[in-house]
Amino acid sequence: MILRTIIDLDWRGRVFLLVLAAVAVLVPLLNLAVPAGSAFNVPTYLVSLLGKYLCYALLAIALDLVWGYCGILSLGHGAFFALGGYAMGMYLMRQIGPRGVYANPVLPDFMVFLNMKELPITWWGFGHFPYAMLMVLVVPGLLAFVFGWFAFRSRVTGVYLSIITQAMTYALLLAFFRNDMGFGGNNGLTDFKDILGFNIQAQSTRVALFVASVVALALGYLIARAMVTSAYGKVLIAIRDAESRARFMGYRVERYKLVAFTVSACMAGVAGALYVPQVGIINPSEFAAANSIEAVIWVAVGGRGTLVGAALGAVLVNWAKTWLTGAFPEVWVFGLGALFVLVTLFLPKGIIRTLSEWSARRSDQRAASAAAEAGIGAVQQPAGAE
Amino acid sequence: MSSVTSPELTQSILYLDGVSVSFDGFKALNSLSMVIGHGEMRAIIGPNGAGKTTMMDVITGKTRPDDGDVLFDGSVDLTRMDEASIAELGIGRKFQKPTVFESHTVDDNILLAMKGPRSAGSSLFGWRNRVRDDQKDQVLETIGLKDHRKRLAADLSHGQKQWLEIGMLLAQDPKLLLVDEPVAGMTDHETEQTAALLASIAKTHAVVVVEHDMHFVRALGCKVTCLHEGSVLAEGAIDAVSTNDRVVEVYLGR
Ligand SMILES: Nc1ncnc2c1ncn2[C@@H]1O[C@H](COP(=O)(O)OP(=O)(O)OP(=O)(O)O)[C@@H](O)[C@H]1O
Ligand SMILES: [Mg+2]
Repeated sequence: MILRTIIDLDWRGRVFLLVLAAVAVLVPLLNLAVPAGSAFNVPTYLVSLLGKYLCYALLAIALDLVWGYCGILSLGHGAFFALGGYAMGMYLMRQIGPRGVYANPVLPDFMVFLNMKELPITWWGFGHFPYAMLMVLVVPGLLAFVFGWFAFRSRVTGVYLSIITQAMTYALLLAFFRNDMGFGGNNGLTDFKDILGFNIQAQSTRVALFVASVVALALGYLIARAMVTSAYGKVLIAIRDAESRARFMGYRVERYKLVAFTVSACMAGVAGALYVPQVGIINPSEFAAANSIEAVIWVAVGGRGTLVGAALGAVLVNWAKTWLTGAFPEVWVFGLGALFVLVTLFLPKGIIRTLSEWSARRSDQRAASAAAEAGIGAVQQPAGAE
Repeated sequence: MSSVTSPELTQSILYLDGVSVSFDGFKALNSLSMVIGHGEMRAIIGPNGAGKTTMMDVITGKTRPDDGDVLFDGSVDLTRMDEASIAELGIGRKFQKPTVFESHTVDDNILLAMKGPRSAGSSLFGWRNRVRDDQKDQVLETIGLKDHRKRLAADLSHGQKQWLEIGMLLAQDPKLLLVDEPVAGMTDHETEQTAALLASIAKTHAVVVVEHDMHFVRALGCKVTCLHEGSVLAEGAIDAVSTNDRVVEVYLGR
């Protein structure tokens, strides 16, 4: 299925994958092989920063799958991202072992501090990488499945659905703030030492994590692309356009939505899991409502329902955010708001679609003028086509 | 449900008995009873708000009746089923406001409607792609949109959208078609064509058509039921119904 998708890819998708491939080769090369003083060197902090953007891009693609193709405006995708991040964080905490401040071989520092005597059940198995990776998929996926099961069956749609997704992430925010939940309270999980036995601060580990993010993004894109170009995807779009028409045609709308929502949540979980080792911390603020809303803005900026646009939007907006928060820390929030307003007003279809429509017009014009030069249609040259 | 099985019931494809629906105390359907036979074509007329669309909502599972029986094929109780199961049984519906999948091509609209497995799994793994092209072509031919197959449904004219929606019904190949105001907004010529199209569909399917256009209803040449305030006011041949005093008073005479 994935192979077919690669073969059938449109030019936009090909360019996207080529860029990803180039980035996966060039960034490590410029970091590891070019000496630190050189103008061409990519410093390690930048590698991790780019890696972080790629995780956001994967989150954006996950969101675009449900919002762009099925009309489910989720304002809670940050929660799935954070849950994936916590699953990875728990693995990383267990890897610290006796190297913590309290030198407890089993319990992470915060548990010792809270006088916990043994590892809570929720933490069992997280010392094993495969189990933790399974949880990266299962925990967000299961939450999305259960949430979607109830929401879609009761036919909650539109603004109401957006509001309850927002409520979901807010509830998780409050829950994860509590110390007795056993996930580190408001400090979250941090001070990671190594991953799969490699020092997490090491340059080579950082590069490996970056490459893993590129691969995850490419895979996520291909899975989403395979879904939306299949007959399933046609039904999704049909549901987005005219939900009741699809129902009266015999499609079980709630199941179609549930599949997309669950897959999307798993994808967001993977993004979160790759994000955590690259930024070195996960705490409840990742569940903040604003994070989920920002993700929606990335997708809107890049172009809803294009996948590639969503990824592009995530990278561009976050790059602008990094730059603005550095240059003018006070105005970033206003910058983001202004960006959203401007995009809605002037690029309602997002960057990608506006660009492709513009280039289509250009080539139409070129074709028209070429035809005019060749003398074809010279008799009835439509006005304004010159 | 009555325990006596009347011949009316067993010979019908659709059987409504004493169906009532109220919205916040307002009775949209008031003990409505109606029987549609196998292979029958029936025209439903009646003033705005008479309950015609609500009746279709009840039959297709969108609205649950407060009271009454709705039976399909003499035995299947439709009041307990959801829209998708009812569609699977073989009831297709055209909306009053033409509703097609705007961002899909004409081709894909028909493809999505085509009879076949409908589950998410089957569509995800490609079984639904195996629709036979000749069937699709035949539908496109029938509704006269063959030359427009690659266009987006959003770009079609109003009349073409109406036809596309009828074509989607055809592709679905239901036993019973419910068609709500198919000629609203059509030119006289298009209206004639639509009447002919529905008449030919009616040869092989049971069809219920709701329409205000009396010329069109006359062209269909079938039994007519006039609804008023949620129940049947008159029923019979077009000439009898259209000269009925009550019908003239509440509907035609306006
Ligand atoms: N969901 C609803 N909630 C409240 N009232 C409704 C609802 N649906 C229909 N009604 C009311 O029920 C009555 C019957 O409506 P219906 O749409 O069935 O009429 P109709 O015969 O199809 O009319 P028209 O010829 O205008 O299409 C109307 O007064 C309408 O306002
Ligand atoms: Mg109506």
